[in-house]
Amino acid sequence: MEINKDLVAASATSLILAIIAEGDSYGYAILKRVSDLSGGQLQWTDGMLYPVLHRLERQGHIEGAWGASETGRKRKYYRITGPGRAQLAEQRQQWQTVDAALRNIWRAVTPIASSQVAHG
Amino acid sequence: MVEHALTGVDPLENQIAQWRSYLQRRAAIRPQDVAELEDHLRGEVAALRDGGLSDDEAFLVAVKRMGALDAISNEFAREHSDRLWKQLVMARSDGAPGDRAPLEMVVVFALAMMAAIAIKLPALFGLEWGEKHAPFYARNASLFVLPFLAGYFAWKRVLGQRAWMGLAAGFAAAAIIANLYPFEARSSTLILAVLHLPIALWLLVGIAYAGGRWRQGEGRMDFVRFSGELAIYYALIALGGGVLVAITIGMFQAIGVSAEKLLEQWLPCAMVGAVIVGAWLVEAKQGVIENMAPVLTRLFTPLFAVALLAFLGTMAWTGRGIDIERNALIAFDLLLVLVLGLLLYSISAREREAPPGAFDRLLVLLLASALVADTFALAAIAARISAFGFTPNRVAALGFNIILFVNLAWSAVLYVRFLRGRKAFARLERWQTAYLPVFPAWAAFVVIVFPLVFGFR
Repeated sequence: MEINKDLVAASATSLILAIIAEGDSYGYAILKRVSDLSGGQLQWTDGMLYPVLHRLERQGHIEGAWGASETGRKRKYYRITGPGRAQLAEQRQQWQTVDAALRNIWRAVTPIASSQVAHG
Repeated sequence: MVEHALTGVDPLENQIAQWRSYLQRRAAIRPQDVAELEDHLRGEVAALRDGGLSDDEAFLVAVKRMGALDAISNEFAREHSDRLWKQLVMARSDGAPGDRAPLEMVVVFALAMMAAIAIKLPALFGLEWGEKHAPFYARNASLFVLPFLAGYFAWKRVLGQRAWMGLAAGFAAAAIIANLYPFEARSSTLILAVLHLPIALWLLVGIAYAGGRWRQGEGRMDFVRFSGELAIYYALIALGGGVLVAITIGMFQAIGVSAEKLLEQWLPCAMVGAVIVGAWLVEAKQGVIENMAPVLTRLFTPLFAVALLAFLGTMAWTGRGIDIERNALIAFDLLLVLVLGLLLYSISAREREAPPGAFDRLLVLLLASALVADTFALAAIAARISAFGFTPNRVAALGFNIILFVNLAWSAVLYVRFLRGRKAFARLERWQTAYLPVFPAWAAFVVIVFPLVFGFR
């Protein structure tokens, strides 16, 4: 299943913020976590993660700092900031509202949708 | 692995290095972003290898997952739009160890000061800047600044002792000729020497600039690029300086103090210092700001082509010949210099492998029309010389014209061959870089030999 580009983009900041809120992380690990969380369904173009991280950093939601990887290479780790947590809480509420609304309507339309699929 | 053992270079490292260099070329992606993306790529490659892929396969898959470079670069540019306004970064904080950027600033400042002092020094010996001693300053104009400029590049390129000695000898010889030749006051040979000495000495700057690459076409082409950028920078600095002077004078006028005389006295210092600073700016911003000369070339090549065609068309329509006045030949010399400049900067900015395009045809049209117009001018001047005899001015202008004509005519031939797909574009580039030393050689000839032949008149 291909997930719509706009939907991916809309969910990206929330996912990234939440993953970093779990614990400090870096680019590759964040993508890996996204993939695990979605059972491999949510695939981003890897390179696109970084401009998003930089935007969040500029907005003050996360902070980046250079450290070293296990092999001693330079690696940039990100951690969430106070405003980042507030932002995450707000986004979470928004998603929950959207999610609740969708859930309610799914309950009403699902049988029709599946019967259409069966006939089609 | 076998390959690894043989060459000593890990092929995977090689591929990553290549990928890194592609990234580094993107304006919107900074070195620290490249490091971050590289860390990601390595993580992906390691995971894929653990999953059983070979190095090659893992690299290919990881690069594919990273996404198209253009798209990533665009995203970076959207997030960091300020980076596309390539700022002039003076001291690079992420410079390699041994980076001489901070020291370079000191050297540049010292050299600019030395040039400023050099042009002030003669005043101590009774040769004040002004009308009275104008001939002295005119003879030595280039000697006040070019040795320091050459010194800057000799320092920057870490030239050997022999090169330093050679440069010093060249400038010393120029100083001797400029000052010890017994020119008659306001003689033609003096004026010609004043005009040609800077061109001859520019060769020394070029040799210092190329720093051992002068014998290679690329080194010379880089010097051509540098010269064009320096001219543009100098013009901009001069413009800014003019505004500064005008506003300063105005401010002091407001409090009833005249600053004009004082500023006039110090103007020459600014003029020579600005050359050194301009050269340093061109060096510092290499690759940071888009080169301006090729941009202006693109803009003006079509306009000059139209102007020249209109001129030829009018000449054909009205049947008027070129009226050789005193300055007509010089005007045509300047025209050819300009066409040569447009050609050079088009060549310098061109992708060598690109197939012939509309702009190439336009350049050939420009070359051809300039050559036709110049042929008329040459015929007219030949008639005048045979009627009135040789003078230093006529011979100098004619010689220069012929040198330019030969250059452009052969360039046109090579260009047409290239358009027909028979010869590579690189041949035209080689012709131009090989021809470059002819100009300073001719200039040196005018400075050294003309006064002797024409008896310093």
